Amino acid sequence: MKFRSVFDIIGPVMIGPSSSHTAGAARIGKMARQLFGRQPKWAKIHLYGSFEKTYRGHGTDVALIGGLLDFDTFDERIKDAFKQAEEAGMDVEFIEEEGSADHPNTARIKMGDDQGDFELVGISIGGGKAEITELNGFELRLSGNSPAILVMHNDRYGAIASVTKVLASHEINIGHMEVVRKEQGKDAMMVIETDQRIPEDILEELGTCDHILQVVTIAD
Amino acid sequence: MFRNVSELIKLTEERNIPISEVMIQQEMDESDKSREDIFAEMERNLDVMEKAVEDGLKGVESRSGLTGGDAVLIQNYMSDHKPLSGGVILEVVSKAVSTNEVNAAMGTICATPTAGSAGCVPGVLFGLKDRLNPTREQMIRFLFTAGAFGQVVANNASISGAAGGCQAEVGSAAGMASAAAVEMAGGTPDQSAQAMAITLKNMLGLVCDPVAGLVEVPCVKRNAMGSSQAIVSADLALAGVTSRIPCDEVIGAMYQIGERMSSTLKETAEGGLAATPTGKALAAKIFGSAVEKE
Repeated sequence: MKFRSVFDIIGPVMIGPSSSHTAGAARIGKMARQLFGRQPKWAKIHLYGSFEKTYRGHGTDVALIGGLLDFDTFDERIKDAFKQAEEAGMDVEFIEEEGSADHPNTARIKMGDDQGDFELVGISIGGGKAEITELNGFELRLSGNSPAILVMHNDRYGAIASVTKVLASHEINIGHMEVVRKEQGKDAMMVIETDQRIPEDILEELGTCDHILQVVTIAD
Repeated sequence: MFRNVSELIKLTEERNIPISEVMIQQEMDESDKSREDIFAEMERNLDVMEKAVEDGLKGVESRSGLTGGDAVLIQNYMSDHKPLSGGVILEVVSKAVSTNEVNAAMGTICATPTAGSAGCVPGVLFGLKDRLNPTREQMIRFLFTAGAFGQVVANNASISGAAGGCQAEVGSAAGMASAAAVEMAGGTPDQSAQAMAITLKNMLGLVCDPVAGLVEVPCVKRNAMGSSQAIVSADLALAGVTSRIPCDEVIGAMYQIGERMSSTLKETAEGGLAATPTGKALAAKIFGSAVEKE
């Protein structure tokens, strides 16, 4: 069941006017920001479905930008997020996509800076809840409800064991885990949901494991 | 975890506790938080709702100019007239409208279950305050009861206008408010379920057709009507009236209707009121002037 907390229903506290198009969009932006690990210098945001048709009226654009600036759904600065982005030196472009997506409220965010770039797809599923459904070409389902780490790695034996060994040595319990790959022997990704937030030093340790390319984290 | 309304009602009977208590206990299990923390979090939401009601009653206007000021009009009318529909109903309606006007003006609200339908639950709660004189704890419990019904709808159908139309938003919100009103008025858990079913039945098929894609027209007035219906359904259930179709089946019907509803009628602003000559003219005027400003 997707809705497990009463506060998914009575909440969130948010800046209006739409939970799916404003608060959900802000959460997609914030998850993107967390996964990228820092504020991007630029973002190209593709909007699909109802997001594309009604984003101006719902403040979906300012909410997505607010999220990328790490604002919460109730942060009043969302209202003038365009100005905030300019001040923060973040260049944002919106692209209206005519084609359909699997979900009516979908945004594809491409973002980056001098050190790298990143692409993900987020959907807003109602009542302010959002999910990440694609990351750098990998399909996944990430709700942001529990802390999670995403590990980009080479599709080789031992890669998964080296990561879980580090987590076990720090007595971190895995609640849910998923491994996806694009092609055998090429790039792969682990999505690991944990019961507690993973401290920075452990993330760094994971980054040094065999066959690991990149480690990112998300914590609500 | 209860998956549907009949399981929820069964839990209240087995444990001999109200619906709000089932919801609180489940939240404690799911989140590992203490009762105090969960109560405190819900009270913060209650505070936000109370402030939004107060702000709207002072008078607000949205950026587009489409909505704002109606809550004040209703309150003024109530103070110098004897309303046809009675004092409590208009008290409820004015506070629902007030909340949605604040939402449309990009003010701070608490989604219940969504922002577009945020008026029904606080409207009914604060509109009943003078009639029932609830304690602060009872008001917080009202929100847990509303949340329990909303959770069932969210997991078995939808609470999103883009996925299920307005029936999923204002329909769910009005149903949640009516069920919670029953508990606050001293009714049984089954009567809460009856009120939810009666409310939702009359909301089936309601489309989401916002003019210019804004959460304003007809959203604000749909919350007015939804909240008034919530109060009437609560009274019917408290009188002993029951729904011939069980609550869970009504929710199932809502899901099926939402699936079959054209996407032009699900928050895309392509059909219904949004596609009327006036609706289209308003959209052109708003976005025309918005572009000029930029």
